[in-house]
Amino acid sequence: MANLWTGYIWPTAITVAEIIAIIVPVLVGVAYLTYAERKVIGAMQLRKGPNTVGPFGLFQPLADGAKLFFKETIFPTNANRGVFLVAPALTFFLAMVAWAVVPFDEGWVLANINVGVLYLFAISSLGVYGIIMAGWASNSKYGFLGALRSAAQMVSYEVSIGFVMIAVLLCVGSLNLTDIVHAQAKGVWFIIPHLPLFIIFFISGLAETNRSPFDLPEGESELVAGYMVEYSSMIFAMFFLGEYANMILMSATITTLFLGGWLSPLPFAPFTWVPGIIWFVLKVCVILFGFLWVRATMPRYRYDQLMRLGWKVFLPFSLVWLVLTAGVLEFGGLLPK
Amino acid sequence: MSFLDRAARDWLLTELFSGMAITLRYFFKPKVTINYPFEKGQLSSRFRGEHALRRYPNGEERCIACKLCEAICPAQAITIEAEPRADGSRRTRRYDIDMTKCIYCGFCQESCPVDAIVEGPNFEYATETHAELLYDKAKLLSNGERWEVELAARIAAEAPYR
Repeated sequence: MANLWTGYIWPTAITVAEIIAIIVPVLVGVAYLTYAERKVIGAMQLRKGPNTVGPFGLFQPLADGAKLFFKETIFPTNANRGVFLVAPALTFFLAMVAWAVVPFDEGWVLANINVGVLYLFAISSLGVYGIIMAGWASNSKYGFLGALRSAAQMVSYEVSIGFVMIAVLLCVGSLNLTDIVHAQAKGVWFIIPHLPLFIIFFISGLAETNRSPFDLPEGESELVAGYMVEYSSMIFAMFFLGEYANMILMSATITTLFLGGWLSPLPFAPFTWVPGIIWFVLKVCVILFGFLWVRATMPRYRYDQLMRLGWKVFLPFSLVWLVLTAGVLEFGGLLPK
Repeated sequence: MSFLDRAARDWLLTELFSGMAITLRYFFKPKVTINYPFEKGQLSSRFRGEHALRRYPNGEERCIACKLCEAICPAQAITIEAEPRADGSRRTRRYDIDMTKCIYCGFCQESCPVDAIVEGPNFEYATETHAELLYDKAKLLSNGERWEVELAARIAAEAPYR
């Protein structure tokens, strides 16, 4: 009996508690990311953004959530109900599940697996399925076109993201995300030697999360709302949550790969007193601000421009950079042991 | 050299960053938002809002049922029926404006020889039903009583230009 308790129930309880400790802050982060987005874009357009619900409009996300919750869920007549319901659930589930390998601080990671980067990559590739299923199950031409665009776009940009990740991995010699941060503790943050890759990764991240200026899947002028066009109420909210959680996840990935994860920017006294989690959150917030900033600045790409950028600019560039990195590491004697 | 110049500009993303710099500058600029229900913007004395029928200071209604407003109304939103009153003066029996047809062009107040029908400064009269926006004579006269101070001020302000 004691064995059952110490061997199974207690570890399970701890894991569940850890999962909740990750998911709840992520969801709160998502809620306040929508608020921050409206505030930041508002400010850049000389507006104030939401400021009526609660102090400085801080309860706006709750009001939005309550509104969505009380709306009617509409199923289009032609929709395939099962798939129609599974799609947003899958998107939301994948956006949450990827957080398992993200290291928030020294040792603060749910699953410290040695294939962390591969896991992240696999989960983000699976995200396409949620979108394709949503577009297809809606049985609507706009939804379907949006899903096709989104899938093609995500697949294209994942290729260059993959090469960027490999270049970073060459400098680390491990797929473990914690090891990646440790490698940056020994040397410099990878943003310094790999600045062009950082920019490529950031832009590909925008495309991967379907953010402006690559938000063609939702191009409202031609597609109404893309693959989400037939969704309403809470199932729409699940897409929304998943999408914004993916944005935060992408920022966390960029932070881990290029900005030294939880490390303090300067490795001496007053900075090292601040807990790593605070540095991590700050860095994620800076990247997220970049996401919002870009959205407030750039007009939407045309679809062929988007494909050209992905395949004819980013892919060759990251390939060349990868070969260069490998060469420098090999002949400079810098290969990680 | 121009080739090098162009290539450098492309690869250093200067255009992207200068665009981003502009939005960042605007981020810190003072905001132009007016918190609407709590703060309101300035209205011109020529603003054309909700209609009203005015009265003379002695309480007599101004409208003489000449039907110029009805004739000029491009949306045909005004309906007037007239008949002589007991004291022999010509007055309207019925004066209706369909506010959902009205295009707020202001021709009615331009055409009115006695400044009876005017468009006032009020623009906050949204209703929940269509029927509430079919104004009759009583409603228009009560609007006139409610807004007379503002209406008189507006007409006085515009008088030099007429």
